[in-house]
Parts: sequence; structure tokens; C-alpha cells
Amino acid sequence: MKRLWRWLIPLAAVPVLALLAYGFRVSPRDIPSPLVGRPAPAFTLATLEGAPLGLETHRGKVVVVNFWASWCYPACYEEAPVLERNWRDYRERGVVVLGVDIQDKREAAQKFVGDFGLTFPVGQDLKGTVSVDYGVYGVPETFFLDRQGRIRVKHVGAVTDDVFRTTVDRLLAEAAPQ
Amino acid sequence: MSRITVIVVAVLVLLGSAGRAATAQNAKPVNEQTVYDIAAHLRCVVCQSLSVADSPSEMAGQMRAIIRERLAAGESPADIQRYFVDRYGDWILLAPPRRGFNLLVWLLPLVAVVVGLVATAALVWRWTHRSRGVRPPPVAVDAAMSERIRRELERGS
Repeated sequence: MKRLWRWLIPLAAVPVLALLAYGFRVSPRDIPSPLVGRPAPAFTLATLEGAPLGLETHRGKVVVVNFWASWCYPACYEEAPVLERNWRDYRERGVVVLGVDIQDKREAAQKFVGDFGLTFPVGQDLKGTVSVDYGVYGVPETFFLDRQGRIRVKHVGAVTDDVFRTTVDRLLAEAAPQ
Repeated sequence: MSRITVIVVAVLVLLGSAGRAATAQNAKPVNEQTVYDIAAHLRCVVCQSLSVADSPSEMAGQMRAIIRERLAAGESPADIQRYFVDRYGDWILLAPPRRGFNLLVWLLPLVAVVVGLVATAALVWRWTHRSRGVRPPPVAVDAAMSERIRRELERGS
């Protein structure tokens, strides 16, 4: 009986330690999005120049929706040239990159677009409704939409050439909608 | 940008604000306490461990505005909570819903309290009953020893 008790206390610590070991290995930033596989929420925003920018007009294309902000350093600064480069490479093949600038000042966003020479359309989410519709909790976050308009991949953090190309190539390879 | 686009955008903006004015007329009055109660149960998405009600961040402010707008449109607090859970998952709720794996979070503290109470009761019972139950064995005193004790006592007095 005494022997059993001596073993029971360290033994009770095992599940607690296992739980901690599991908890510390899981990144609190890796939050599974319930939106993956669901139709992408529609939106219409105004671009920095005031022109309308709608998701609906790009139906049937592979759409890359990128949420960013000019204050998001360094990740947004790392991915801006990547997005621009790939947008130029893929735009002839039915791929659209749409930037959504969130929680930002127009002047700062315009400077960012100018500094990186971004040519893909950028809209400003002034009220935050598009961010909430996409379940955005930080910048940068990028959503890859297939030609049926469903969210297929959510990427948190800066997009790399590798992530962009493998994801977009895979979505392009799928059959076009009827 | 061409002049036509400018006109089109201006018309769209005007139509938009006209539409908003129309909905504002039949909008319900919004109780700020209700907004606060809904926001207090939602996690501020850009903070660590703060609710939407308590966070001073711009994102939380926008989320409170969305709650206010949806209440004005006649949605119930449950509808609004579902709206956020649909987009962010259960993660957005500050209190995990009581089902599945989450039940562990709700039940473990209770289990720990019960185990602690039982263990304490068992220990207390053992401490209070040992002194009465198990007496120390009487010290054996032989004749020579008692003779010596008697002598020592006599000499001391």
C-alpha cells in the first residue's frame, strides 16, 4: 500500500506533463479556419483611387485575396514583391491577385503601393466587414480561391514564391467550371 | 481615371448612403449594454487574451460597430454570436462551448476539487485515528531496571 502511494504521485504528473508538452508545441497562431472549402464571401470595396473593386467580377478565375496593411512590417514588406511578381507571371492564365488593405490610412497605403510598384488592384476595407467575413485575425493573410469561387487554402504570414506557385498551379490544374 | 468612372462611383456612393438612410429609419434602438455583453464574450482577434469589449484596438472597434449594426437590423445576440463563430470558429469565443474535447476544460477543475477533497478527508481520518488505534508498545522494564530507577529517584530527592 505504501509502495503504491509512492508511485502514484509522480505517475499523476505524467498526464499533466504530456498535456503541457502538447500545448507548448502547438502554435497559438495556427488557428484552423472554418471557411476553407466554403464559398468565398462576396465583397465590393473602393480602390485607393476610388474605383469599385468587386470579387464577383472575377468569377471563374483563380483569385488570390491578400489582406495586408502598410504598418505590417516586415511580413507584408517581404511578400509585396512576391505577389507583384507572380501576379505579372500568372495574370494571362486566368489568375487575379486582389489586395485588401485593412486598418490603414489611405496615404500610408498609397505610399506602400507606390514604393513596391504594385499593379494588382487594391481595395480598402474601411469598416472591417470584409476582414470579419474572411475571419482575418492578423496581417498578412492570404486566401486562395478556386474557379468555383470557393476558399481552398488560407495562408497565414508572408506568401513565398513557392507557396504562391504550388497553390495556384494546383488550382489551375483543376477542371474549369461548366 | 475617366470622368465616367468618377460619375458611376459617385452615383453608387449616393445610392449606398440613401439605402443606409432608409434602413436607419426602421432600425431598432440599440442598447449599448447588449453590445457590451455580446462583445465581452468574443475574443479580440488581434490581441492576446482580451475581449472585444475591453480592447482599445481598431479591429475591436470595428467589430463592436458590426455588432451594433446587426442589432439595429433586428438580429438577436445569438444570431450575432453565430455570425462570428461561422467566420472564426469556436476560437472567437472566450468561453469554449461545453461539448466534445472542450468538456475536459469544464470538468477537469471539478474532478480536481473532488479528488483533493477525498484525499484530504482520507489523510485527516488517518491522522486522527492513528493515535487512538495504534498505541506504542509498552517499554519492557525488568526487575534490575526498576530497582535502578528506584535508587536513582531516592538519591535525587
